Amino acid sequence: MPALCRDCLTPFDTEPRCPSCRSRRVVRHDELWDLSIAHMDCDAFYASVEKRDNPALGDKPVIIGGGRRGVVSTACYVARIKGVRSAMPMFQALKLCPDAVIIKPRMQLYAEISRAIRDMMEALTPAVEPLSLDEAFLDLSGTAKLHGHPPAVMLSGLVKRMRDELGITGSIGLSHNKFLAKVASDLDKPFGFAVIGKGETQAFLREKPVRMIWGVGAATQSALDRAGIRTFDDLLRWELRDLTARFGSMGTRLYHLARGEDARRVSSRNPVKSISNETTFHEDTADPDILDGHLWRMAEKVADRAKAKDLAGRVVVLKLKTAKFSLITRRHALRDPTQIADRIYREARALFDQLDQREAYRLLGVGLSDLCSADEADRAPDLLDPDAARRSEAERATDRIRARFGPDAILKGRALR
Amino acid sequence: MKVSMERAALLKAVSQAQSVVERRNTIPILANVLIEAEGDTGQFRATDLDIEVVDKAPAQVERAGATTVSAVTLHEIVRKLPDGALVTLTDDSATGRLTVEAGRSNFSLATLPKEDFPVMASSEYASNFSIKAAALRRLFDKSKFAISTEETRYYLNGVYMHVSEAADGRVLRCVATDGHRLARIDTDLPAGAEDMPGVIVPRKTVGELRKLLDDDDMDIAVSVSETKVRFATPDITLTSKVIDGTFPDYTRVIPQANTKRLEVDASEFAKAVDRVSTVSSERSRAVKLQLDEDRLILSVNAPDSGAAEEELAVAYGDERLEIGFNAKYLLEIASQVDRENAVFMFNSAGDPTLMREGSDESAVYVVMPMRV
Repeated sequence: MPALCRDCLTPFDTEPRCPSCRSRRVVRHDELWDLSIAHMDCDAFYASVEKRDNPALGDKPVIIGGGRRGVVSTACYVARIKGVRSAMPMFQALKLCPDAVIIKPRMQLYAEISRAIRDMMEALTPAVEPLSLDEAFLDLSGTAKLHGHPPAVMLSGLVKRMRDELGITGSIGLSHNKFLAKVASDLDKPFGFAVIGKGETQAFLREKPVRMIWGVGAATQSALDRAGIRTFDDLLRWELRDLTARFGSMGTRLYHLARGEDARRVSSRNPVKSISNETTFHEDTADPDILDGHLWRMAEKVADRAKAKDLAGRVVVLKLKTAKFSLITRRHALRDPTQIADRIYREARALFDQLDQREAYRLLGVGLSDLCSADEADRAPDLLDPDAARRSEAERATDRIRARFGPDAILKGRALR
Repeated sequence: MKVSMERAALLKAVSQAQSVVERRNTIPILANVLIEAEGDTGQFRATDLDIEVVDKAPAQVERAGATTVSAVTLHEIVRKLPDGALVTLTDDSATGRLTVEAGRSNFSLATLPKEDFPVMASSEYASNFSIKAAALRRLFDKSKFAISTEETRYYLNGVYMHVSEAADGRVLRCVATDGHRLARIDTDLPAGAEDMPGVIVPRKTVGELRKLLDDDDMDIAVSVSETKVRFATPDITLTSKVIDGTFPDYTRVIPQANTKRLEVDASEFAKAVDRVSTVSSERSRAVKLQLDEDRLILSVNAPDSGAAEEELAVAYGDERLEIGFNAKYLLEIASQVDRENAVFMFNSAGDPTLMREGSDESAVYVVMPMRV
């Protein structure tokens, strides 16, 4: 059976250990040299970066997240042993793991390291599709001739290089499509290398729960539950037509995934679909002034990101989470798309003013969706708001000042609320 | 109740009723029409709680009474009956059914008690006047295209009907705008309307009202209060709540000092705009107008799909001007012109543009340019 040493990258065949360096860190699979779609997922990325930069943290539980009221964005493996998971509210994480060291995320630094990892991946193939700062799909089909090695060797080399040069470890999932590659990368963490071959796909999926599919959240899960679908085996009993009729396009996708089929390509050019920012408050608030301040800051962040990407949106979205954790979203379609913070803020504010009841909120988010090019945006001023043109001119001027003297060089009073 | 009516009269009354009831109803009684038979009339009443319409039609009443049935079902039945049929409606309170008989057709419909039907509270109207259907039709027909559908600015979801001061005296005026274009239509102030409070007539009411206005010389009785408006012909009474909000001060939006004057045949202009905008695949198709001495070049340049250009002979004597508009808005205002040439008054490429028909100041349109 084809095998590969993960330490010295020597391919070999039957021996239990690497014949060259005697390492036991070996990956072995019948289809090892044939598979080319991979998913790379860094291991506890933010926490690993912090531990790398501060060795004193080495064996301590580390949680990256915002403040007491935020959520966990990453927990290191020590904290995970105590049951801490990402997206868990911070108070709950602290209950499970009271001695955790909490660190505020340093996004700028993470982005730099992510960029370095991306460069390493792009040296292997142009078909790299980042999902976030710390994970990406890679398609290495047809690169064996170029590199002189099959994809498995190159991928093994990639995580080794990440560890040696950046001090960050990642896990690789190798398979014949994106869905299975993503599933595989989670099988052998940390610093793992897992393979799901074509031959074993059906047997592998059988008893697995459908919620392991990326995109099946709580809502889809409960709809599936009502249809009596829990595992992939349950899905296999359904006809394509019935699944589509009941679950729409999601049903079609489930039908194929259950058979281990996923035709999506690894594409480096997946367009951005929306831009949004949200914040969880230090304490719940119903104070309209404070909420207004948050509205403005979120609108400005969204506008900054849209401007940086030369994008604009046709739909403004307002998202709120109440103190009781119920989620409210409101959206408004614009005739004239925008990337101007002032317009995003005013639309979001109008949506906010239309909410029926005033209550305490714990989270507020503002977003732009249905994106288009900035050329198509902010072209048709509002007849009933003749000052809008002057306000957006002022905003453009402010942007130029901030570009030259830093983001805090000039602020709206509203931003200080 | 037992009442017989000629099919055509019944169809007219029921079709008005069924268009008022909401298609998706959570309150069952609101899907029904209230039928009341007394003397020599059958009366049909329907409501969506914002609008109430009452239709009267001549009928042979054998036994007076009242009941309610599904407006949509009754309408469908009557529509499918042969022309000229005599339709008999019989209410059987024992079974709770309404029988509809015509020739050899026989239907039995479920009813709901008439006591459950919500009748709109009558109110005091501050102002009552009468106006010809043709004049009222012009006010609303020419303004309704500019009504906004935006929910955040709900006070724009209707036509603002009010009394205003025009160049030659006071007028009854309708204004609608969605922030991109605006229509302001005037008519002579009818006697009795002087103290009318300004009201925002909702979009749906404007649509229902239109069905009352087909006969030019019909006198329409209009009653207005702060919260309600009522339009009545001898047969039909349409009562509607008005939008509870303040219409923005539109007067400062209408440009007073635009000097660059373009005169163009409206239908030629509209056709040319329609033709050149074909190449654009954008959602808001932008058309560029280049104006020079007696010459107008319309052009569209869509990098992804193509370009188009067309030249029109026009009357224009001012300095060169380039200005862009949403093609749809230009088409809509140009189609309001039906007798004379369209006259556009421009200022600059960033300022609102005014359009009217010849020198007629009683119908004025404003459209906001867009950057091209």
